[in-house]
Amino acid sequence: MSLLEVHDLKVSFDTSDGVVKAVRGVSFSVDRGQTLGIVGESGSGKSVSTQTLLGLTGGARIEGRALFEGQDLLTMSEDHLRRIRGKEIAMIFQDPLSSLHPLYKVGRQIVEMIRQHEPEVTKQQARKRAVELLGMVGIPQPDQRVDDYPHQFSGGMRQRAMIAMALSLNPKLIVADEPTTALDATVQAQILDLMLRLQREFDSALIMITHDLGVIADLADNVLVMYGGKPVEQADRRSLYYRPHHPYTKGLLESIPGSSGAKDRLKPIPGQPPSLINPPTGCTFHPRCPYIMDRCVTDEPQLRPVLDADGGTNPNHRSACWLPIEAIGLKPEAEGIRQEAVAVGRTTATNITTQGAEAQ
Amino acid sequence: MLRFLIRRIVFGVVVLWIVTLGVFLLFFATSKDPAARFAGKSATADTLALVRHKLGLDQPLTVQYWHFLTRLLKGDLGYSFVTQSPVNDMIKSALPASLSLILGAAIIWLLTGIVTGVISATKARTLLDRGITAAVLVGISMPAFVVALTLLLVFTSKLPIFPGPGYTALTQNPAGWFQHLVLPWVTLALLQSAIYTRLTRGSLLDVLGEDYIRTARAKGLPENKVIYRHGLRSALTPVLTQFGVDVGVLIGGTLVTETVFGLQGIGQLTVRSLTTGDLPVIMAVVLIASFFVVLANIVVDIVYSFLDPRVRLE
Repeated sequence: MSLLEVHDLKVSFDTSDGVVKAVRGVSFSVDRGQTLGIVGESGSGKSVSTQTLLGLTGGARIEGRALFEGQDLLTMSEDHLRRIRGKEIAMIFQDPLSSLHPLYKVGRQIVEMIRQHEPEVTKQQARKRAVELLGMVGIPQPDQRVDDYPHQFSGGMRQRAMIAMALSLNPKLIVADEPTTALDATVQAQILDLMLRLQREFDSALIMITHDLGVIADLADNVLVMYGGKPVEQADRRSLYYRPHHPYTKGLLESIPGSSGAKDRLKPIPGQPPSLINPPTGCTFHPRCPYIMDRCVTDEPQLRPVLDADGGTNPNHRSACWLPIEAIGLKPEAEGIRQEAVAVGRTTATNITTQGAEAQ
Repeated sequence: MLRFLIRRIVFGVVVLWIVTLGVFLLFFATSKDPAARFAGKSATADTLALVRHKLGLDQPLTVQYWHFLTRLLKGDLGYSFVTQSPVNDMIKSALPASLSLILGAAIIWLLTGIVTGVISATKARTLLDRGITAAVLVGISMPAFVVALTLLLVFTSKLPIFPGPGYTALTQNPAGWFQHLVLPWVTLALLQSAIYTRLTRGSLLDVLGEDYIRTARAKGLPENKVIYRHGLRSALTPVLTQFGVDVGVLIGGTLVTETVFGLQGIGQLTVRSLTTGDLPVIMAVVLIASFFVVLANIVVDIVYSFLDPRVRLE
C-alpha cells in the first residue's frame, strides 16, 4: 500500500450558475521518497484535487476515497484531519507574497505551526528550530531574519520560508501547488533544486502541481496530466516526455519553449479551457483536439494502457484517448498513425482547430 | 516617528488656523451687524454704537481677528457676546459631558459591533447572519431621536430604572454619572454598532478569503485560531481606523442625543451659539471639534503603524 492512494476522487461546487464539476474522477498514488507531478492548465482540477484531500475546499461535494496510511482523509473527523494537516501532510502554495501572514514575523509563523502540533516544545526550542530551518532552506543570517516580517523578504525568500515551514515537522507528504509560478525564472530553478534536495534529505513524498511540464522534467518520478477535471494521461516521467500519447500532453510538450516539437516558434494549444458546468460531451478535450474523430464527440474515453517502447502495453502508462495505442511520441511515424486514424474516424466531426485556429 | 509627529502636529495647527479664519470670515459674510442682535430691536444708534464698541465690533476685521488669534495663543477664547462669561469656562463645563457620552458609547459600539460582525461573518449566509443583517438595517435606519425618546419613555417613566434627563459629573458622583449616561450611550451606540457590524463583517469576510488564511488552515490550526489570530487580526485594521475618525468627528456632533437627555455638551453649545450669533463661542466650538478630528487622525496613524508592520511613519 502506498503512502497516499486516491481513488476516483470527484469534487463539485454548487454555484449560482450551476454545479461546477471541478474534479471528475481522478486516481493517483504516491510513496515516500517519490515525486508525483500533476500537470494541467488553469481549471483542470489539479489544485482542487489536492486541497480537497486536506479539507481546504469549503462547501465542496466530495466523492471517492483518499487513503493516507490506510485512513480515508475524506471521511475522517475534522479534528483528526486537522492533526494531519501541517504535521503529516504539508502544503506549499503558489504565491509566497500572499501566503504568509503579513502582520506576523516569519519566525513566529513557523513557531506557531511547530507548537500547534507539538505543544510540549517551548517557544525557545521552536524558535531555534525555525532558525535552523531557515538556514537549511538558504536564508542568509537566519538568526536575524527569523524576526523579519514577510514584506522584508524577497519573493524567493518568502517561498523558501514557506518551504521551511512545510518541512518544520518532517511531514510524510508535501504538496507543492505551483511553488515556482510566481517567481523569477532564475529563482524558480533554485527553488526547484532546493525542493529536490530537501525531499531526498527528508525522504518525504512530494506532489508537485504545475501547469508547466518543464518544471517537473527533472523532478517527477510519475506524472499525471489533467484536463477539465479528468486525468487524460498518466505515466512515468520518461514515457510521458518521450512517448506521450494523448494529444493534450503532446500539445503541452510542444508548447514548452525550445522543445523538439517547436523548432522556430511556440505552438500553442488553440481554444479555451472547457466549461466545468457544462463540460463537452465525449472526450472533454475534443473541441480543441487536432485529431478529433466522430466517436470523440459521443463516447468518453477511459484511461487505458498504451504501447511501451519494447512493443508490449505498459500498465503504468495510460492515456484516455481514442487514438490507437500505437500512436505514441512526437516522431513522424506516430503522426502517420494518427493521421490514418483520423482519416478513417472523422466523417462529420469538426472542431475549432480544423475550422482554423486563426479565429481564436 | 518623531519627525512624523512633528510634521503632523505642524500640519494640524495649520488646519486649525485655516478653520478659524474660515469660520471668522463666514461669520461676518453672513451676518450684517452682529451688534444689532444684542442691542435689541428698539435700540438707539448710541446704544448700538456702545454695544458694538463693547464687543469690539467697531474695530476693523483684521484687528478683530488678530485679537482673537493672540488671545487664542495664550489659551484665552474670549468672552461670550451673549452671557459675557468666559468662553473657556463654557467649554470646560460642556466638554466633560460630551467626552463622557462619546467615549462611553464608543466602547459599547466598538465591542458590540465587532462581536456581532464576527458572528455575522463566520456564520455568513445563515439564518443568524440574516437576522443580524436585518437588525443592522433597523439600527441604521432608526433616527436617533426616536431611539432616544423611546428609551426615555420605557426606562425612566414606564420602568423607572434610570433617572430622567440630566448630567452628573464623574468627579462628583460616579454612580450618578453612570446612571445618567447609560441611555445616551445606548442611543448613540445603537446606530454606530450597526455600522461597525457591517464594517467588521465585510472586512473579516474579505480577509478570510486571503491566501494566508488558507495557509493557516493548512498548518493545522484549529478554526478559532484561524479566525481570531489570523483573520480578525487583519480585519480589525480598517475598523479601528474608522473608529478613530468617528470618535473625533462625533465630539462636536451629538446634538440630538445631548438634547433629549439634557446633556449640556459641545453639541448643544454649538447650536446655541449659532442661533444667537455668539461669535467667540462659535469659534471655540469649531476649534474644539476640529482639534479632536485632527487629533484622532494623528492617533489613528500612529496606532496603524503599530498594527501593521508594513506601515512606516516617515
